[in-house]
Amino acid sequence: MSYYNEMYEGSRVREPYARLSQWVETMPADFRQMKQAEAEALFRRIGITFAVYGEGGDPDRLIPFDMMPRVFEQSEWRKLERGIKQRARALNAFLRDVYGRAEIVRAGRIPARLVYQNEAYEKAVVGVVPPRGVYSHIIGIDLVRTSKDEFFVLEDNCRTPSGVSYMLENREIMMRMFPGLFRGNRIEPVDQYPDLLRRTLESVAPAKCHDRPTCVVLTPGHFNSAYYEHSFLANLMGVELVEGADLFVDGEFVYMRTTQGPKRVDVIYRRIDDPFLDPLCFRPDSMLGVPGLMDVYRSGGVSICSAPGAGVADDKAIYTFVPEMVRFYLGEEPMLQNVQTWTLWKDDDYRYVMEHLPDLVVKEVHGSGGYGMLVGPKSTKEEIETFRRKIEADPGNYIAQPTLALSTCPTFVAEGLAPRHVDLRPYCLCGDRIELVPGGLTRVALREGSLVVNSSQGGGVKDTWVLSE
Amino acid sequence: MLSRTAANLFWMGRHLERADTAARLLDVGQRITLLPNTASGYQNEWNSLLQASGTASLFAEKYGEISQENIEEFIFFDRDNPSSVMSCIERARESGRIVRTALTSQVWDALNVAYQDLRRIEKTPRDKIDTASLTDFTTSHTSTVRGAINATQLRNDGWHFMNLGYGLERADATARLLDVKYYVLLPRIEFVGSGLDTYQWQVILRALSAHRAYHWAYGGDITAGRVADFLILNGESPRSLITSLYEAVWNLEGLAKRYGETVPTNARDKAREVLSRLQAHDIDMVFDEGLHEFLTWFIGEIGTISTLVHEDYLLGGS
Repeated sequence: MSYYNEMYEGSRVREPYARLSQWVETMPADFRQMKQAEAEALFRRIGITFAVYGEGGDPDRLIPFDMMPRVFEQSEWRKLERGIKQRARALNAFLRDVYGRAEIVRAGRIPARLVYQNEAYEKAVVGVVPPRGVYSHIIGIDLVRTSKDEFFVLEDNCRTPSGVSYMLENREIMMRMFPGLFRGNRIEPVDQYPDLLRRTLESVAPAKCHDRPTCVVLTPGHFNSAYYEHSFLANLMGVELVEGADLFVDGEFVYMRTTQGPKRVDVIYRRIDDPFLDPLCFRPDSMLGVPGLMDVYRSGGVSICSAPGAGVADDKAIYTFVPEMVRFYLGEEPMLQNVQTWTLWKDDDYRYVMEHLPDLVVKEVHGSGGYGMLVGPKSTKEEIETFRRKIEADPGNYIAQPTLALSTCPTFVAEGLAPRHVDLRPYCLCGDRIELVPGGLTRVALREGSLVVNSSQGGGVKDTWVLSE
Repeated sequence: MLSRTAANLFWMGRHLERADTAARLLDVGQRITLLPNTASGYQNEWNSLLQASGTASLFAEKYGEISQENIEEFIFFDRDNPSSVMSCIERARESGRIVRTALTSQVWDALNVAYQDLRRIEKTPRDKIDTASLTDFTTSHTSTVRGAINATQLRNDGWHFMNLGYGLERADATARLLDVKYYVLLPRIEFVGSGLDTYQWQVILRALSAHRAYHWAYGGDITAGRVADFLILNGESPRSLITSLYEAVWNLEGLAKRYGETVPTNARDKAREVLSRLQAHDIDMVFDEGLHEFLTWFIGEIGTISTLVHEDYLLGGS
């Protein structure tokens, strides 16, 4: 299989990479190693680390940072941006619909079963319309590229997509280490993201809030692997980072415990999952949430971002219908394409997939983080057979996709630059407006030939540039 | 400010100061044991040191035998000892991590570097480390953090809580270090006024980095009365009980002023009362009362103030 190389066309350097190419060529190897060590030391000092569940070892592991940036031209970015915003509008329209009259189900465009029997469908919020009708306020859309003009959406993340702190810190560190690069290239800034996020949150304050809204970031606590990001965002937005125990419900509002007594909270950017939000409504054993929170939410005393139940829009079964949503709600043709997907609960699809397992990627419908998936072409016969038995046991739990020819981007390895596969996660903000900063998180599969970019599976990150005109 | 944030800032201050104290304790012990003519070998000295820091029984349980290596391990590295340098720095960093949003990047940076360096030292073979360098390591890192706090933190309520933690802990620590002198001397009252006595007072001064300061302040010979005066009642001495308590009062006043009348001020009122009692003392009264008895009273009062801080501010008023 041949892969689209984002920097080289044969031996010719593509235009957006011209200056970077010079930069690499004139960089002595020992200088590069020195800078790499410097970058690592910076990350460790800042304290950006990432805990990997179930792997033991160093709890303060770093995500490997690759110094070679990934570059988009302004025109390429414009196209992506339009597609992402369109998709974000459709996803929110879908959520509003399925917690309301469910026209899309009535019209027979999406099977009722996939919506109402979905674990993420929250009966507790049926009929509740959050401010501005926005359910998912931060949507992370994972994109892969297969050629100059072809991008595919790999998945949508409508709940609490993480990684935006890496987007910001990668840039920060690159600017600190290589200021010359930024003077020579005209690179669109991304550091307005926290301000945009704060504005987005404030714009969805409940109607009962009459003053400037008080926003907070709700974290499960400092043992969570993304805690760094929670504190980082709270800090840059200038809002409090709270844990469940810092909040309590009194009457029709939510308050936080402060040194000066209770203070009312209007908007909660939560980084904990639905089942843990409120032990009175969901899991009674949850210590992370706030008892009574859902009652306040339903009566419009507080906004929760993303809204409880937003997850129904982003699992891998619903994913296949997103292009349909775009047509149904917006009356437009989708600008971003889905990857062809076989759903194993359909007999035809099942038969095809089982016959072609070695060529396909198979994923669990509710899985994430690169766990519980099979990459056919990269697996041994035994691995494939083991996976086959898992599918047979519960076909409804799986979808399959062709193995995509993911684009590569030159990446520093021991011997110098070498192509490695990348994806892209931009972060789309939905409030009174729909916005996104020019850039996103580029994840790179550091192992040669690997197509799995998840940080829990040996993936790294890169700074992502959008060149201005 | 969130009550939890305030609590973490308060305890971050306390733990940093406590790490500093542990290192100084190690230094005092080390120097006292270098004396040639202690009657029953250095075992007693170390034991009194552990007594003063309130960890003697924990040590006996875990190590039994007193040796230089065991003591060093216990006071510096041992995570089972809640007052060890390792425990304190780790907990201070943990508090800092929880309240990252309330710290400047310089403060977090300093705190995190201290922790990372400490973990590196922990992996070094013990025979490659000497006690003096451990003390230096600690005081230099805790000073860097303190400096970053003073240079970069907003002068807001969080700043008051951090400094309140520092102040109360320092008052407590100086009292305890002074009490070491009592424990060391107790069995051999005939030493009072001897060369050994003077040397021990010198060691205490040195451990509080106050050796030179003392000479600037008093000049002349080192006497028990003057050293005690310097470390208890002298308002110029940076680690004296009165200075530390004054800092605590100042920060509590700051909070009371900032928060206004709706928030209780029991901690402030108590701290004021203890301060005015200190101010009414002169050093002869302290010795008449009995140095040990006086210090015990003082340590108790600091504990009470700390409890009141929790009740006034850290429970969230719900």
